[in-house]
Amino acid sequence: MSNRLLDFAIRYGFLILLVGLIVYFSLAAPGFFGPLSAAFVLQSVAITGILALGVTCTLVVGGFDLSIGAVATSALMLAAYSMVILEHPTVVAVGLCLGMGALVGLINGLLIVKFRVPDLLATLGMMFLLIGLQRIPTQGNSIATGMTLPGGTVAEGTFSAAFLWLGRHRFDVMIERLLPMPVVIFVAIAVLIWLFLGFTRHGRLMYAIGSNARAAGLVGTPVNRYKIAAYMISGVTASIGGILLAARLGRGDIASGNNLLLDSVAAALIGFAVLGAARPNAFGTAMGALFVGILLQGMTMMNAPYYTQDFVKGAVLVAALVFTFYLSSRRTGTGH
Amino acid sequence: MAGDALKVSGLKKSFGKNHVLREIDLTLSEGSVTVLMGANGAGKSTLVKVICGHHRADGGSVTLAGEAFTPVDAADAIDKGVVTVHQSIDDGVIPDLDVANNLMLDRLVEPGHGLFVRERHLRAEAAKVAAAMGIHVDLRARVSDMSVADRQMIAIARAMARAPRVLILDEPTSSLSAAEADRLFALIDRLRGQGVAVLYISHRMSDIRRIADRIVVMRDGAISGVFEGATLDYEAAVTAMLGHRMTDVDVTVQSGTEPILEVSNLSLFNRSQPIDLTVRDGEVVALVGLLGSGKSRLAEILFGLSQPRCGDIRLKGQLYAPRSVRDAIARGVFMSPKDRGSNAVVPSFDIANNMTIPFLGSFSTGSMLKTGRQRACAREMVDGLGIVCQSTGDDIGTLSGGNQQKVMIARWLLEPATVLLLDEPFQGVDIGARRDIGHQIRASAAGRATLVFLAEIDEALEIADRIVVMSEGAIVGEHINGQVDLTALVADFTGTAPATGVSP
Repeated sequence: MSNRLLDFAIRYGFLILLVGLIVYFSLAAPGFFGPLSAAFVLQSVAITGILALGVTCTLVVGGFDLSIGAVATSALMLAAYSMVILEHPTVVAVGLCLGMGALVGLINGLLIVKFRVPDLLATLGMMFLLIGLQRIPTQGNSIATGMTLPGGTVAEGTFSAAFLWLGRHRFDVMIERLLPMPVVIFVAIAVLIWLFLGFTRHGRLMYAIGSNARAAGLVGTPVNRYKIAAYMISGVTASIGGILLAARLGRGDIASGNNLLLDSVAAALIGFAVLGAARPNAFGTAMGALFVGILLQGMTMMNAPYYTQDFVKGAVLVAALVFTFYLSSRRTGTGH
Repeated sequence: MAGDALKVSGLKKSFGKNHVLREIDLTLSEGSVTVLMGANGAGKSTLVKVICGHHRADGGSVTLAGEAFTPVDAADAIDKGVVTVHQSIDDGVIPDLDVANNLMLDRLVEPGHGLFVRERHLRAEAAKVAAAMGIHVDLRARVSDMSVADRQMIAIARAMARAPRVLILDEPTSSLSAAEADRLFALIDRLRGQGVAVLYISHRMSDIRRIADRIVVMRDGAISGVFEGATLDYEAAVTAMLGHRMTDVDVTVQSGTEPILEVSNLSLFNRSQPIDLTVRDGEVVALVGLLGSGKSRLAEILFGLSQPRCGDIRLKGQLYAPRSVRDAIARGVFMSPKDRGSNAVVPSFDIANNMTIPFLGSFSTGSMLKTGRQRACAREMVDGLGIVCQSTGDDIGTLSGGNQQKVMIARWLLEPATVLLLDEPFQGVDIGARRDIGHQIRASAAGRATLVFLAEIDEALEIADRIVVMSEGAIVGEHINGQVDLTALVADFTGTAPATGVSP
């Protein structure tokens, strides 16, 4: 009986907690329960959520990508540089960013697969490299229309309306101009990655690689190619996050996106606990991101000071990890 | 004779309804080597685990030098003077430390050792231990850079640094070559001279001939034979182990139809003699040999994991030179690798996914998996092979070793193979599962060539139509099952006679 209870707690505990949180804030904080507030929460988690979905793919193959935050901010700066200084059209700017993300993923993958650098170290190195690289072209300055360039000329370009639309457009759902574009993109990517990891043979083989790469190789899986692909997915999703951030801010802000890496990694790890999966999964990652978003929004509406946010996020992460690793190890332990 | 070091009487142990040990009586004498033989699943590992404190006995008693011996855990057993060196050597050494530190590790954890390591003192002590064991290696070398044999020696030396009264060695030669094994035997001789009681688990004839003072045979959880004195009758011991004569086997020998796999002039190692081998449709050929005999290498070459130095391979008459596992699988050459834990099992997957993983392409439309078809096919295999489970959605980790191995074999029976390679399919498999697997392999053998790579002769006699013996990268003997001259086969296998070529 207690075994069944434990099983139930592991499977649904986290989702029940999420629902409980929503009910609590709805009662305690007036205005929390409603479409506007929901749209706000979603807006706040969309970009971290997209990055977290990418890192989920690298976690699935047993790797890790620490460079996602830096890829996102690099994409942000690249988009700004391309549009404001080089005066490229939207399509070119977006294409450049996505290409950059894919290239960084490819290099990460090659470093790990071909040069046998451990994943944490390779992507940590890449993170530093990108943080430095994105500042070199502008000598460490943020990019905005009208800024003076090193040559003495003034940057004439602007963010095109089409580009800003990606970050700022709101669809009419129930209320006029409610649902922001980044949320739509987040949901679309979440569904795609959920289908890819959970229901295609490629996703299944990626899980096999993460669980036992040797065994996967000995049944004919091209292990290296799948690993590289995972890092490329991660790079591309991170660059999408960067593009959306640039489009929302409307400038190439050098200081934005500091928290992206840790927040998205936290969301992916919290996702382990959802439905008792005990492994990386897209649905869990999306729920993890949402959980953190709801918690922070609720606390903000209840006037908790901003500096308690990281503490709360940390507490949630630790609790989720205990949930995943301790409880599910006990379950398999008693199963024998 | 010397006194009794360890005496086991009436020992009983059950796991649930499964009576693994039924009233075992066993005495180990000082300064003598007792070999414990038994087929997989006979209960030898359980016996060892009870003696070394890993399991509690359900009944009976163990006495050490006349006093009751009931260790609470492995560390307690070691303290009291019973030391076990387990089969996987890396449990006994720390690869990233050098030899001296490995030898002295137990001293470092002793309470009251002091905070700082006295480097010179430690090295001097380590040198003493190494000299006492007759180990001549660089004490500053990192263990991870050393050969398996050297690591084995260090693990034993570390155990001996505690001056035990009883030393238990669990299949210590299973990963050693013949020359390396000789060094181990020299070490065991030395320990025997020092009055240590040694329990040596193995059923490799070469080992037993070399070191045994006495053979104790286990079958189905009981002692089925004790052999000692001047005439250690190996054949009688094997009969006691199997419950029948080794050559009395239930195999209707097939000679096969047209040739499928033709290996010619293939050179496995740099300086080894090239080999020629033909395997026919419907035939099951066992390749037997010790470690380093080249059978693993041959399996690797056939599965595209490594490239031969020279020679060629033909599949149904067409040239076959796989560059990767994918090439091999595409040509219908499948391999179930040895050591399923690290090479085959995907621990986070359920039975159905573990079974269907090589052929996910045929279980999907486009990229999307058809879970229903995966389950249905897995279900058929589960019934066909008698895999004991509740459903095909059970985690692979909930199955016993034998059932896990059945899943791993079933993987490669899902689609018709041209050549099926099975590397050590009976590793860590109980006797019942071994029969089921053997039966299934033989029953499905038509339409393909089947090669089974084995280190044990008795297993080969159970499954094969033809037994090919390998040694040092060459084929040294070939025997048709059902008319095997066991003495000649064993001689080929252990290399005690000059290579005789093909026997009738």
